Amino acid sequence: MALAKPTVEEIKTRAARYPSRQSAIIPALWAVQHEQGYVTKESMGEIAQILGLPPSLIEATASFYSMFLARPEGRHDVVICVNAPCMLRGADEMAAYLGQQLGVRDGETTTDGAITWHSTIECLGACGGAPMMQVDHHFEENLTPERIDSIIERLRTEPAPHGPKPEKAAAVARPRAKRTQN
Amino acid sequence: MGLKPVLTKDFHTENLEQLSVYERTGGYAGFKKALEMQPDELVELVKKSGLRGRGGAGFPTGNKWSFLPKGVYPRYLVCNADESEPGCFKDRYLIEKSPHQVLEGILIASYAIGCNLAFIYIRGEYLPQHEALESAIEEARQAGYLGKNVLGKGYEIDVILHRGAGAYICGEETALLTSLEGYRGEPRLKPPFPAIKGLYGKPTVVNNVETVANLPHIVINGADWFGAMGTPTGKGTRVWCMSGHVNRPGNYELENGTPIRELIEEHGGGVWKNRKLKAFQPGGASMMVLLPEHLDVGLDFDAIQKAGSLAGAGAMVVMDETTCMVDAARRYVKFFHHESCGKCTPCREGTFWMSNLFDRFEAGEAKATDVDLLLDIGYSIDGRSFCPLGDASTWFPRSVIKFFRDEFLEHVSEKGCPFKKMAQEAVA
Repeated sequence: MALAKPTVEEIKTRAARYPSRQSAIIPALWAVQHEQGYVTKESMGEIAQILGLPPSLIEATASFYSMFLARPEGRHDVVICVNAPCMLRGADEMAAYLGQQLGVRDGETTTDGAITWHSTIECLGACGGAPMMQVDHHFEENLTPERIDSIIERLRTEPAPHGPKPEKAAAVARPRAKRTQN
Repeated sequence: MGLKPVLTKDFHTENLEQLSVYERTGGYAGFKKALEMQPDELVELVKKSGLRGRGGAGFPTGNKWSFLPKGVYPRYLVCNADESEPGCFKDRYLIEKSPHQVLEGILIASYAIGCNLAFIYIRGEYLPQHEALESAIEEARQAGYLGKNVLGKGYEIDVILHRGAGAYICGEETALLTSLEGYRGEPRLKPPFPAIKGLYGKPTVVNNVETVANLPHIVINGADWFGAMGTPTGKGTRVWCMSGHVNRPGNYELENGTPIRELIEEHGGGVWKNRKLKAFQPGGASMMVLLPEHLDVGLDFDAIQKAGSLAGAGAMVVMDETTCMVDAARRYVKFFHHESCGKCTPCREGTFWMSNLFDRFEAGEAKATDVDLLLDIGYSIDGRSFCPLGDASTWFPRSVIKFFRDEFLEHVSEKGCPFKKMAQEAVA
């Protein structure tokens, strides 16, 4: 699948800003993942072509970072933290409940293709609102079984957050940051 | 001592993330004042203030700046917003509530060191915070705080916001620079230090979010004002991220030297569920555990170090009497194993074996001699790793063995976790 024009433009614009084109590799991988939901070997080849770098370099970088997905997952990405600060406030119980409600194991996608979930040991930076999970890059804090139920219900019908951007999207200001409680 | 909102003073103001609101609270007055000064004067001011880096190591910020070799350009400023230490969530809070304060600090630091291109490296998971900074940079650019000729003063500065993609190691400054250059985020050998050979081989300063957020206030109020807060070797305030078994977890900005007891008991509302305090951990996942007898230690780099731990990145993880210390240590060890970049053997293999041993304890398959085996592995990692990630992976588990060895042995004799059994019996 060839990259959409706005994605190619975004990669070129980013690359022009850095003193070295190579610095645009991670921004380029993000642009691709935002468009397609994951990053294939083919799109890494396209990135290499746009940046004028060897494809092996793009692959070496991409494989180091845990947030780049190599294959399609569910429409929504749910990650629940089970590191110590979250564990202290019941993250294990919440993770077990989440898995039970979704009916699939850690790392799997629900049968309707709506949600891929996994637990993570990587702290997400919301220990003050533990237990917490990351839902498509937004934090859901102070989880309870009831809150998990309502989040799952919402995600079952919501469309995926990624997809090709409309042609003019790059020029439009992004939505304001969602404020979380502290 | 006690609560002292400096960075967080205006955080109750609605829409503080907007430029006009930030300016009404006195925002960008520090940067304007800085532009009237000579860069060297600014370096001296920050040196005199005694500001120490808030990222973890506590290195004096002004000194770090003055290590840049004279006459070598371009030079870069990189703001480290790759906060990923388990237990820490202050940078996220500071960015989210007041992105312009962070940006103003970056502009002041850039001007002071003579840099025309600055970077913010923000962790990939902080997407809303990324958007907040992106909007702030755009607003500041339109207002003339960024650009070819800042406020008509002839100074040129641009700021690039760079998003990471999930790697704790990139919080280590040389790994961060490697990652910013587009490579796998592996650390580099020091020396040469980034001040001499940093980003793209040029002189570079890496400063934490909270560090730069202090700068506008120091420029406006002076070094003496800043120095009057805190302790003789730990000036100013810190934002402490409190989590775990307290009634009111969250961020609290306190004057340095405030007793830990006040943070936990007064501001945090004490240990939850009327339980007793068992242990706490300042600094984040890396740092050694402390006990109730350390409650009167002051929140300060040197005082906490004297007590046997480190203040690190300003976390405070509180553990009540029902906490299984073995399991807490197991989580952190698993975290370090997961995040080890694989470059050096002691860290890559050592964290793997520590993690396996901890799993054995929790599953009731460990032998009593495995406690010493853990210590032995820890000894083989600490001081023998390429970067501090490996070293730090051993500090918490070793301190837990020191204070709670009996709990490890109970896991052996009871063939499993005694705390889990207790919890299950309580439910039944």
